[in-house]
Amino acid sequence: MEKNTSCFFSNSSPNLVITCFVAFITIILVRFLYVIYRTGKPLNKRTPQQTLSTLIVLGSGHTAEMINLLLVLQKDRFTPRFYIAAATDNMSLQKARVFENSLADSGVKGISAEFMQIYRSREVGQSYVTSVWTTLVATAHALWLMIKIRPQVVLCNGPGTCIPLCVIAFIFKVVGIRWSSIFYVESIARVKRLSLSGLLLYKLQIADQFFVQWPQLQRKYPRAHYVGCLM
Amino acid sequence: MGEARDGVQVKRVVFVTVGTTCFDALVKVADSQEVKDELYRRGYTDLLIQMGRGSYLPTKSTGDDGSLAVDYFTFSSSIADHLRSASLVISHAGSGSIFETLQLGKPLIVVVNEDLMDNHQSELAEELAERKHLYCARPLTLHQTIASMDLNCLVPYSPGDATPVAKLINRFLGFPEES
Repeated sequence: MEKNTSCFFSNSSPNLVITCFVAFITIILVRFLYVIYRTGKPLNKRTPQQTLSTLIVLGSGHTAEMINLLLVLQKDRFTPRFYIAAATDNMSLQKARVFENSLADSGVKGISAEFMQIYRSREVGQSYVTSVWTTLVATAHALWLMIKIRPQVVLCNGPGTCIPLCVIAFIFKVVGIRWSSIFYVESIARVKRLSLSGLLLYKLQIADQFFVQWPQLQRKYPRAHYVGCLM
Repeated sequence: MGEARDGVQVKRVVFVTVGTTCFDALVKVADSQEVKDELYRRGYTDLLIQMGRGSYLPTKSTGDDGSLAVDYFTFSSSIADHLRSASLVISHAGSGSIFETLQLGKPLIVVVNEDLMDNHQSELAEELAERKHLYCARPLTLHQTIASMDLNCLVPYSPGDATPVAKLINRFLGFPEES
């Protein structure tokens, strides 16, 4: 009797594992398809929220454009704000700090902003061999930061640092950790061709809304919204 | 020419900027006799070069001998002041420099750095040149551009507006429209 029981058990155990595995994969696949389906569709208006935690990804050279956008967004809706820039980029976070300070000075209440640095996947000119390791480190760091922040809104406009963060935001949507709306504004310097970050986010359809500042790009990438120059 | 008013010469400063980049080709050509002569002929009195991370050092000059006064520095905490006091700006093709200058309403010649690998910067410079907001040149053609430019032909640049983006974002997130 015992022998039969143990045989039965050892036969069904791998089946059980396989069944669980298949069920798991199916759930993930369904979630994945659901997220793809909902990407780009406006949020459900029946449950509007008062405030949305916002992640702002900054990059050298294009910080001024992002600040221009933040100036016209209602600060009490997009709060708390988390600014991330690459660890080797000194000026972007400084500009963001100046911006937040000016908000506080002009009497805007309830300022809540945090500033963080993230490791870069690859420095300009770095060898591709060492880049594999640094990209893994950067991705792990991005994951760590995203778990801490779990933003509901992601704003980015070009730097490579936004890719791991946006991909992780997308994964969080699939896995159910946090639903977020991802907005990408291609830089004003991009007139005829998208940046690599922009191209990736556009093709992979990770961004909910993709904005371009020149009509030539909107003709080439029809799912993008042409919004004119921000500067 | 620098006109004398009660003995005081009116300064017309040409400000050359490379931002945070290294753009020796521009610094070198701005310091070349060809370009300096051309600027002097067009009525400028001073040449101020912000050379950034470059290694080429221009030659300073007081300009007392009837030529351009030349000075240079590496970085400044406030480029804006230098832009404001300039009569002509010659800049690398970085979007920050370009728009900061255009928003101050200063005449601008953008010089594209041909040594850059992926030169998307030239797209912006060429587009704005097509719309007559600035002149676009390469280091080797700078003196020709200076000689032939007509600053009265330049069209003032109207500042951009981020509110269309904000509207779309708010609508997407279900926030009510601003009244």
